[in-house]
Amino acid sequence: MPSVQEVTDEVLQLAVAHFKVPLGGLSPDDDFFKKLGIDSLQALALLSRIENHFHIELPDYELQGVTDFRTLAARIHARL
Amino acid sequence: MNNFQGKTLSWKMEARVIELALHHAPHNEIGSAVLGELEAFAEALASADNNCAALIVYSELASGFSAGADLRELHRRSQGLSATEKTAGVRDFLLRIHRVLNTIDAAPVTTIAAVHGITFGGGFELALACDLIIADKTARFCFPELRLGLIPGFGGIPRLKRDIGNAAIRDMLLTGRSFNAAKAQAAGLVGQVTGEGQALAVARTTATQICKFDSGTAAAAKEFIKPIPHEELRREIDIFCELFSRPTVEEGLRKFVESADAMPYLP
Repeated sequence: MPSVQEVTDEVLQLAVAHFKVPLGGLSPDDDFFKKLGIDSLQALALLSRIENHFHIELPDYELQGVTDFRTLAARIHARL
Repeated sequence: MNNFQGKTLSWKMEARVIELALHHAPHNEIGSAVLGELEAFAEALASADNNCAALIVYSELASGFSAGADLRELHRRSQGLSATEKTAGVRDFLLRIHRVLNTIDAAPVTTIAAVHGITFGGGFELALACDLIIADKTARFCFPELRLGLIPGFGGIPRLKRDIGNAAIRDMLLTGRSFNAAKAQAAGLVGQVTGEGQALAVARTTATQICKFDSGTAAAAKEFIKPIPHEELRREIDIFCELFSRPTVEEGLRKFVESADAMPYLP
């Protein structure tokens, strides 16, 4: 099973690809709403990509209050 | 059936297949403008000749199929009205949208919802009126109404009950969480999952297959297997209207309209 750090790195790569930002332009503790300028709808699109990538279900209510990649990765890791 | 180009949607018929395209920015919210054009579509569909074999409903917008009812319009139109007037207005809207969805539900052609992205609330209910749902892997299905103190009002629960198991409905309805395309397929809601951006193409291929069958036989099969749950649909309107008159709904709608976010009830 991958570590939380490995999951964090994968999530960052997914976000970079999904939102078309420069590689290395995002870091684990970034507030993705502020850093990417996205709304809840766009966050939901990222959630779909994450679920498809990791083959997990992550109920959207588990993401309430989650704004940084590191915490998001921890929630994903708990579902692996 | 003549082609139509409206402000919120358009339709065309080609090779026995009708395509209904939703294009009401930002997210195909279903308010009075969409409802009016959907009513025109339902009227045209009901009087379409026997040459039609299939209908595909899809969205031309990148964000998804539809975010559901136009809650901002609903809130705006409720301002300054008495509780009785508010409820009467909502009931009238629900009766109208139910007539449209019942027409699509019972249409003597095979109907396909080709969905992507957000397919929420009333948008999900529009998809549920169709015979088949083909979803690309970005699709998310959700009934967020409980977050506002309401239940789905466009026929969602009775139609879901017709299609899938009760436990899956409770999971979706009582948690308010969204199902991705794979989950929705596992629940029996979605027939086919496609790659990103491929739902319409797959729906067209499916429609081509449908066109090979005798239309009368397909219509008879559909009528036999897909009864409309009229009594439950009427009960749903009553429950919705009872809930709508409560202060918690007013508060939920107020919070919704005061947010600049597209879907303020989401994390």
